[in-house]
Amino acid sequence: MRALDGAYLDQFASLFETYDVPAAFWVNIKLTFFAAVLSLVLGTVLAVMRISPLPSLRWAGTSYVNVFRNMPLTIIIVFCVLGLWGQLGVTLAPDFNENFLRLAILGLAVYHAAFVCEALRSGVNTVPVGQAEAARAIGLGFLPTARLIILPQAFRGSVAPLGNTLIALTKNSTVAAAGSVAEASGLMGTMIEFRPDVIFAIFFTFALGFVLLVIPVGLLTTSLSRRLAVAR
Amino acid sequence: MSGSQSVLFDVPGPRTRRRMAWLNLLFGLVVAGIGALLLVLLARKGQLDAALWTPFLEFRTWESFLVPGLVHTLQAAGLAIIGSSVFGLVFGLGRLSELRILRVVSGTVVEFFRAVPVLLMMIFVWLALGFSGNRAIDPQDYPLIAVVTALVLYNGSVFAELVRSGVHGLPRGQREAALATGLTGPQSLRSVEVPQALIAMLPALVSQLVVILKDTALGYIITYRELLQEARQVGSGNGNILQALAVAAVVFIVINYALTKAAPWVGQRMGRRTSGRAKAEAPSLVVATRD
Repeated sequence: MRALDGAYLDQFASLFETYDVPAAFWVNIKLTFFAAVLSLVLGTVLAVMRISPLPSLRWAGTSYVNVFRNMPLTIIIVFCVLGLWGQLGVTLAPDFNENFLRLAILGLAVYHAAFVCEALRSGVNTVPVGQAEAARAIGLGFLPTARLIILPQAFRGSVAPLGNTLIALTKNSTVAAAGSVAEASGLMGTMIEFRPDVIFAIFFTFALGFVLLVIPVGLLTTSLSRRLAVAR
Repeated sequence: MSGSQSVLFDVPGPRTRRRMAWLNLLFGLVVAGIGALLLVLLARKGQLDAALWTPFLEFRTWESFLVPGLVHTLQAAGLAIIGSSVFGLVFGLGRLSELRILRVVSGTVVEFFRAVPVLLMMIFVWLALGFSGNRAIDPQDYPLIAVVTALVLYNGSVFAELVRSGVHGLPRGQREAALATGLTGPQSLRSVEVPQALIAMLPALVSQLVVILKDTALGYIITYRELLQEARQVGSGNGNILQALAVAAVVFIVINYALTKAAPWVGQRMGRRTSGRAKAEAPSLVVATRD
């Protein structure tokens, strides 16, 4: 490896004029944000299904989790783009790139919903039995019990696993590259191919970008999980 | 509220049971309806034509595409699990070291590689090999090396955390007893604590195997000829990508589901051989960032 001299840094800096690195990271943030919202909704529905009194609902929830947790995310993303769009002609947006972005968001959300569901279920396990028994004793049915008593405490108890899912989602947003979305990991490849002489600097820039995205999420959810934990 | 779900609702009486039977039926019909609708939509697009599915009944498809792909997938996963075990042991011991500098270095390495996306490392290693201009390694092996390296760095870091949390999860008496018999701190670590921690982490290791196996599919992006890549080849050859991906997905799901079921079983079998608690889950990043 060449010494880190002024010329090296100049070459490296000039790359940022050619390529818009923040824009690529912004795509990852968009992917993460929308997939997080969608998977939280879907995951909550699945978690309620998995604790419901109806065996068929429980079965459906369990099957969903088993299927999507055991399938590589790459297959799901490729399926969204080559299968849904390429073969079935499903379009989620008129714009070409926007369409790919939304298909990737769909794939990310469907995959991570299984993990959100498991995170919430582990949260449900932190709620003491007495809470549910008391809810039943005052005459609440299953849905009111879940909505008013169990889920609010379960959410507070599952902040840490949910945070882990969010971190995994942030990192997994790079897999959207398999679905022709122009995001950070793809741009890194392009930049390295354009300037292989500064390959290490390019890699560490992108790696650092992800560290900077992930660490605050980790710190925030750790402190939130301590602050929100129900004192028992 | 561990274990029992029934505390969320009363044991159903005769009326509720009848209502549940109806609701079950209703929900079953809804699911069946959605399934039928999907099938009709697929059939209308001609996706259920036998011609698109029969290639997967032919021996040739499996012999020349899917089985070699699966072998490559398993090969990468196998090498990665061996590599990450070594990596995890070395850096896990590093994090437990009595030397501050070793602890800091290992901690930084582990936290860094757990925060960087696997795909980013994979692309980097792949391109770095490509541009390195070396002649010792066959360029055909570049994708495999890249896949394995990236998986080792990430999962090895997870294993390092497992070793550390496994040792921390042991009862204090283990170390105290070891010290009382005259072992030094590092000796106690090596011959008393780490062996038990390793057994305690076996179920989590099996669970992590699922992660490794799933992540080998990332090799698709860097042209590694694993199962997904081969399935796509079949798909573009016969114009049935959808069906090919479905077959590949089923193969992955079957293997991973078996591994998921194996993890608690390993925990039960091994639980007796350690004073630590065998857990089927890898330690989480969120809590670990604070200590």
